[in-house]
Amino acid sequence: MLTKRIIPCLDIRDGRTVKGVNFENIRDAGDPVELGAFYAAQGADELVFLDITATIEKRKTLSELVNRISHHINIPFTVGGGISSVDDVSVLLQNGADKISVNTSAFKNAQLINELAKEFGSQCVVLAIDTKQEADGNWYVYLNGGRVKTDTKCVDWAKQAVDLGAGEILLTSMNHDGTKQGFALDITATLAEQLPVPVIASGGGGTMEHFLDVFEMAKADAALAASIFHFKEIGIPALKHFLHDKGIVVRI
Amino acid sequence: MKLVIIKYNAGNIQSVLYALERIGVEALVTDEEDLIRSADKVIFPGVGEASTAMHYLRERGLDTLIKNLTQPVLGICLGMQLMCDYSEENDTHCLGIFEEQVKKFNPDAQLQQHLKVPQIGWNTIYDLKTGLFNGLNNNSYCYFVHGYYAAKGTHTIATTDYVIPYSSALHKNNFYGVQFHPEKSAAIGEQILKNFIKI
Repeated sequence: MLTKRIIPCLDIRDGRTVKGVNFENIRDAGDPVELGAFYAAQGADELVFLDITATIEKRKTLSELVNRISHHINIPFTVGGGISSVDDVSVLLQNGADKISVNTSAFKNAQLINELAKEFGSQCVVLAIDTKQEADGNWYVYLNGGRVKTDTKCVDWAKQAVDLGAGEILLTSMNHDGTKQGFALDITATLAEQLPVPVIASGGGGTMEHFLDVFEMAKADAALAASIFHFKEIGIPALKHFLHDKGIVVRI
Repeated sequence: MKLVIIKYNAGNIQSVLYALERIGVEALVTDEEDLIRSADKVIFPGVGEASTAMHYLRERGLDTLIKNLTQPVLGICLGMQLMCDYSEENDTHCLGIFEEQVKKFNPDAQLQQHLKVPQIGWNTIYDLKTGLFNGLNNNSYCYFVHGYYAAKGTHTIATTDYVIPYSSALHKNNFYGVQFHPEKSAAIGEQILKNFIKI
């Protein structure tokens, strides 16, 4: 049976792993290649590397880092951050990335998703969405690392992106990210039930029960977290055994 | 030993090369006929779309070359599907090494609503046959990414369940094919690559 996936996320700035709490207050959490290899050995199912300071000058640094990662890590990994063209993706895939994630650039130019899916296949195109529930109860799409609000509803954008060829959705709730109070179950469930592609839930995972809830109640296909893994608050082996004991199919 | 990875317009060639490096095996990535023909072992990787890949192979005469290889050949993912007879993916006639047909996953809307296509993630392989799976337990986890599958047939040497039970590996004479990605399947995948090297 296909398993639910546990995905540690490594935010990268200047070649180091960091984790912002509510997208701010960056703390250093170590070397990304070392940390990635450690997680792979611990039983992580995939890794996500997000370059949060991606600028044109830094592209070369990122592709070199991706090359190092792919030499050392024996599980699939996704790279995101500042990707805005077919050429950007080509370089990352050539250096060994399995998937790439796009966010703001895809929202501003939706045809990018189509171009990437045609060129490289939907299986390597992950659409990342940062979303926030506003006072009116609706979930809206935010851009630029959560700094810019749009008037587009999260569900509408996700559906459009899947129609254009996105192969997976990485959904981050800004209301929950960094809080350790649990994942956004309602919007995750909405997407997981309505979309024909896998949904990775992100933001808010603080306890093992939160992971159980997002798989069982929100039907997420995968769950992503960062600081709780980086700061060893939850170990991946312990988390997987807990989920297995609760009847969730995981790779142990 | 000379190990060659066939170079063509497929996505994961570097990943296969790096995975071999991790287990201490050097390989050459090439599309040169002489080098492929004289290799001790050949890996035929692949991520992509069937008709485009077959078109590319035919244009360069690689289709005839691959079919006529006599040393051990390992097809991976799309590589394995291209070694089958026919793929429903854009109505593509493939290499015809394995008689098995490649079909699209079609989950029953009522019964299997939760199953998404493509299948992405870790799934188990069972009913393991041949030395390719030496040292592996039944129901070992491998990493899969695919929307099409090879049906079960006489050449099935591993089975996986998704929508229906299908061939996660095939074998005929010197040809082997795996639907999953050994290069991304952690220690299990490394064991399978090591086993292939030893065949």
